Amino acid sequence: MADKNVDRDALNALREVMEDGYPELLDTFLTDSESRLVELRDAADPKALSEVAHSFKGSASNMGAVRLAELCRQLESGAKDKSPTEIVKLVAEISVEFAEVRPVYENEKHHAHTQ
Amino acid sequence: MQAQEPLTILIAEDSAADRLLLSTIVRRQGHQVLTAANGAEAVEIFRRQQPHLVLMDAMMPVMDGFEAARQIKALAGETLVPIIFLTSLTESEALARCLDAGGDDFLAKPYNPVILAAKIKAMDRLRRLQATVLQQRDQIARHHDYLLNEQRVAKAVFDKVAHSGCLSAPNIRYLQSPYALFNGDLLLAAYTPAGDMHVLLGDFTGHGLPAAVGAMPLAEVFYGMTAKGYGLAETLREMNAKLKRILPVDMFCCATMLCLSFQRRSVEVWNGGMPDGYLHRIASGERVPLAARHLPLGVLSVQAFDDRTQVHPMLVGDRVFLLSDGVIDTSNADDQLFGVERLQQVFAANREPDRLFEDIEQALQDFRGEARDDVSMVEVSLLEPGQVKPSTPVYSDSGQSCPLDWSVSFEFRGATLRRFNPLPFLLQLLLEVHGLRGQSGALYSVLAELYSNALEHGVLGLDSSLKRDAAGFTRYYQLRNERLEALQEGFVRVHLQVQPQGAGGSLVIRVEDSGKGFNVARVMERPLDDVRLSGRGVSLVRQLGRNASWSDEGRSARVEFSWEVEA
Repeated sequence: MADKNVDRDALNALREVMEDGYPELLDTFLTDSESRLVELRDAADPKALSEVAHSFKGSASNMGAVRLAELCRQLESGAKDKSPTEIVKLVAEISVEFAEVRPVYENEKHHAHTQ
Repeated sequence: MQAQEPLTILIAEDSAADRLLLSTIVRRQGHQVLTAANGAEAVEIFRRQQPHLVLMDAMMPVMDGFEAARQIKALAGETLVPIIFLTSLTESEALARCLDAGGDDFLAKPYNPVILAAKIKAMDRLRRLQATVLQQRDQIARHHDYLLNEQRVAKAVFDKVAHSGCLSAPNIRYLQSPYALFNGDLLLAAYTPAGDMHVLLGDFTGHGLPAAVGAMPLAEVFYGMTAKGYGLAETLREMNAKLKRILPVDMFCCATMLCLSFQRRSVEVWNGGMPDGYLHRIASGERVPLAARHLPLGVLSVQAFDDRTQVHPMLVGDRVFLLSDGVIDTSNADDQLFGVERLQQVFAANREPDRLFEDIEQALQDFRGEARDDVSMVEVSLLEPGQVKPSTPVYSDSGQSCPLDWSVSFEFRGATLRRFNPLPFLLQLLLEVHGLRGQSGALYSVLAELYSNALEHGVLGLDSSLKRDAAGFTRYYQLRNERLEALQEGFVRVHLQVQPQGAGGSLVIRVEDSGKGFNVARVMERPLDDVRLSGRGVSLVRQLGRNASWSDEGRSARVEFSWEVEA
């Protein structure tokens, strides 16, 4: 399931580029993403919401989290027009998607350490 | 990585993971990395460390990428600091904002290391190109300033030399650009010891410093020889020889030189390659062209140089007008030349002689639509001898070695008379006597008169009555040139005798010639204020010297000068 949502080629490329820094990158992404999720839930207005979604989309796409990036894109572009209910639903979907892919990155980190 | 000089690259990105990723990619490509988490930090780091290139996220807290880009571009000034926006922005409006803020390129997320490397390289090339352009621009500006300064210095030095003359004399009017020297135009004027006036309008080939280079030696010869009493022929020969020696083959100087004699009321002209000058006879309104009959100075060898001049009689108030080719070679938008005919039309339409320059300038402006800076014009008018005040020469020696009791005799024979002018030499000798310096003008005039009488009427046998009218005047000087050219025999002897006399002293000048002599008694009967063209010499000698007398049927002239004790 998670494999469909994460671009394996992208991860390979990241591992190659980062070398020893790969685990640190994975850690940074996970920590960063957790604070993005909090910011999404606490966003005061559609503009702030859109900006957080934009940033989250950027790092998700860099990290190969394809579906997470796509959900963030929907939130970024729809923040102004969607109803509060729809937004709450979309933010929830993003949380679920992050929870889904998180083990993939944890696993990568573990792999990297044991290599 | 291929060999690219390492750059210092600033990465401004608020997302920690993206910042870490990008820093790693860029560092792996061999560059030094600085990082900032928002726009304000980015500006501050740029201010402190001046990175070569900036990778800038658009959306950042505190200060966004657009504002940071604007501030960084402003800080960079003329230096090109490329800014690549990091963005997943898709709306064209947002992309346009990046460009407006000074962005030079975009990099989309997810990052592709290969594309990033290519973009950094391309931007670096652009950055270096700009740096080279700026460097070359500054170099050109420096060279330009340097050149201007050189010209200023050269002009200041040259002005010192040129202004030692008498361009401010009351009978000279001229119009020249202050930087005419660098157009190759040159205007010189000076009094001779006899109170005549030498004027030279020259035009060197070329422009700028090369054109100005020849002006200095030319001016030195002009002033030096004029002050020593040399005539046009000797001065021109010397100028030609000097320019021929020092100038490259393709450089020379077109020039018209005048000797305006207030005493004899005549103008002697030599024109080498300049446009026609004009002698304007005010009474008749006639304008006699003074055409070029010679090659410019600096072209011919010493042997081939032709120093023959034309002499024209003038009346008080008559004017000689000279101009540079900047006037007649002015071309309009259709490449037509202003030409001599249009100049003649301006002459014809001119009602006030004093406004001739203005009329010509106006005509040139109407013709071309704008003013030129290489137009030189000069007009010299003939005054009564009393109206000009030649400057007195300055002597620098102490006078302790002044010779007071001596005599000397010279005999100048055929071949020497043809070419050599002994007057400057004789004058220099006499001016060693301090008591004579106060009357150097009169002394020179008398010497010159006695010598030319002995040569022209005596040795060459020319009849002074020829000079009664203008046509005869011209004929007289033609004959003089012809006979002088053919001269084989004959002599002029000059005896000088200086003796102390009380606290002062006296000088006796005797000039003898090998000619036929003249009827002394008849010439002496004429009144002293005779102003006819002919025979003025005798009356001038009698007025300026003491006890003037002629013996041996006019073949021997004698005149005295004396002085009291030095003040």
